Amino acid sequence: MANIHLDTIAKGYGETAVLKGVSIDIRDGEFLTLIGPSGCGKSTLLRIIAGLETQDSGSIAVDGDIIDGKRPKERDVAMVFQSYALYPHYTIYDNIALPLRTRRLSNAQRFPLLGSLVPGRQTIEVGIRQEVGNVAEMLGISHLLDRKPGQLSGGQRQRVALGRAMVRHPKIFLMDEPLSNLDAKLRVQMRAEIVDLHRRLGVTFVYVTHDQAEAMTMSDRVAVMIGGDVLQIAPAEELYRNPDDIRVAEMIGSPKINVVARKHWRIGAPQFALPDSQIAFRPESATIAAPSGGMLEGNVAGIENLGADIFVKVELGDAGPMVVRRAPGERRLEIGESVSVITDAAHMLVFDAAGKRVRPVERIAA
Amino acid sequence: MSKLSSISRKVPQILRHGILACTGLFALLPFIWMVSLSLKPQEDIFAADFHLWPSQFSGVENYTAAFVSAPMLHFLANGIFVCAAIFLVQLIVCVPCAYALAKLRFCGKDTLFAAVLVGILIPPQALAIPHFIMLYLFGILNTYASLIVPWMISAFGIFLLRQFFRSIPDETLQAARLDGLGEFEIIWRIMLPMSTPAIAAFGIFSVVAHWNDLFWPLIAVRDQEISTPALGILLFRDDETGQSLGPLMAGSVIIVTPLLLAFLAAQRRFIDGMASTAAK
Ligand SMILES: Nc1ncnc2c1ncn2[C@@H]1O[C@H](COP(=O)(O)OP(=O)(O)OP(=O)(O)O)[C@@H](O)[C@H]1O
Ligand SMILES: [Mg+2]
Repeated sequence: MANIHLDTIAKGYGETAVLKGVSIDIRDGEFLTLIGPSGCGKSTLLRIIAGLETQDSGSIAVDGDIIDGKRPKERDVAMVFQSYALYPHYTIYDNIALPLRTRRLSNAQRFPLLGSLVPGRQTIEVGIRQEVGNVAEMLGISHLLDRKPGQLSGGQRQRVALGRAMVRHPKIFLMDEPLSNLDAKLRVQMRAEIVDLHRRLGVTFVYVTHDQAEAMTMSDRVAVMIGGDVLQIAPAEELYRNPDDIRVAEMIGSPKINVVARKHWRIGAPQFALPDSQIAFRPESATIAAPSGGMLEGNVAGIENLGADIFVKVELGDAGPMVVRRAPGERRLEIGESVSVITDAAHMLVFDAAGKRVRPVERIAA
Repeated sequence: MSKLSSISRKVPQILRHGILACTGLFALLPFIWMVSLSLKPQEDIFAADFHLWPSQFSGVENYTAAFVSAPMLHFLANGIFVCAAIFLVQLIVCVPCAYALAKLRFCGKDTLFAAVLVGILIPPQALAIPHFIMLYLFGILNTYASLIVPWMISAFGIFLLRQFFRSIPDETLQAARLDGLGEFEIIWRIMLPMSTPAIAAFGIFSVVAHWNDLFWPLIAVRDQEISTPALGILLFRDDETGQSLGPLMAGSVIIVTPLLLAFLAAQRRFIDGMASTAAK
């Protein structure tokens, strides 16, 4: 168990700054997800936590102890990689046993070829066998232990990678997009299994993904990273309802949040929204009304019926397209029909010209 | 109609195989010639008319002569020892070097790699005299060491292995570091087993080159005791047998046979290794 304190971590490769001063406090036993577009530095941050890469500045503390100078082996951190990174020439058993062997066997006992003759090795191997067996049992891969990674399916390899990480009971689990190579159905199943694993192990998980469904369903808190900065760290629910930055609002939620510049609103825009601000609202907090009865005018440009929900795409002219969610029972709309859109002030999120959230003054005062 | 088209489809194929067979035969001719000579008696070899098939077999005499008049088995043992030692030392030097060039970050890496490439371009003959002087100063000319030391570092081996190592994903190495392996253990437990095709290919190159090498042993060694097979044959010709081509050719057959067998055994590995390094 461990809390992790990242203090203004910065990292660049040559000219390009990849991380620009990332500070995150990860609580003991927490499941924290890092989400962000490709190339924003998520994997780099994980590698820095693991000690596989050194930061240019800033420091990392685990349980209050600075670990900057420590090598990966000494950090008590396990990592699951996107490609699983199993050793193709070892059996599944040896793959899982390796981290235990490197920690428990002395240098002499691990010496190539002659190591197995050194006294004491056999008893340690018996202990290792037991523990590998337990982990394999837990993950349902006991019958695969004699095979090589090349003979397994993607989902099975995934489990082996988890097993190799679990077997030595690390304080911290790092996962770098572990599900991205699986098909959709298996991904949903493994999602549940990883959450279950987190609950059982109770250790700190840092999970990287760019799939917002994973971030929303699995984590205690989500950190949104864009371009090497952490924009907001909050529980998924909070990120959805109350984003601090327009990029966070746009990243979380499907379909995407609607953003309409202040100048396109005929009526209904909040008082505190300055002329150059942008106003955003979710598809489900808007309704369609008769033409010229609402706040925004437009034409129906498309209808997507998903059974439980119907998403209507409305073309607002200069202001661009937006999406409104409707219940199935409502009146059928025709493509090209003129409509207007209503939403209420309570659901509007106002962002300034730079994309930062603007909140009503009285709430700050209160 | 269909018969005609099937014939017309076969023609290019037959042509292709014909051309391949001709070039293959061309490459094989010296070997066939060698084997044929090794089976002929002296009169047959110097006969005015030419025929591949010996009119009178004296294979047994020639091969016995080769074994009796020269310490052929001794030469073979020397060859095996020298080639194995060279290859082993080359691996010990090349593998860590290739690993560093392929996977580690350090300053001067590009310069070092450029130096390796230059090293491949330098023909070994150009270095013969400096090597000779160096070994003379060390006082180890005419010893096994003089046959091994100049070949300890193979720029080609470093290059070949580096290319192969680069294809091993970084994530695998990172996983190994997290699992607690040190850099040398990563080389031994991860890189080497994952690179067997490249190592086999390099092994064949190295062994063939040094088994067949006549140039350097001729310079470094005068003693029959430590001669490699190629040099041994030469010394043996210079000596008493002089003109007896039959036993000489029998000796040649004896020294190439182990190589041919080794190549046939490792053929698939070798081709895999070449194909996969060339593709990267
Ligand atoms: N070894 C390296 N040398 C140079 N640049 C690198 C190196 N590793 C990463 N980068 C750069 O750093 C940036 C961040 O990379 P990183 O792998 O952390 O992205 P990511 O957020 O994990 O993206 P993805 O979701 O695609 O995995 C990228 O622009 C990448 O090109
Ligand atoms: Mg990544």
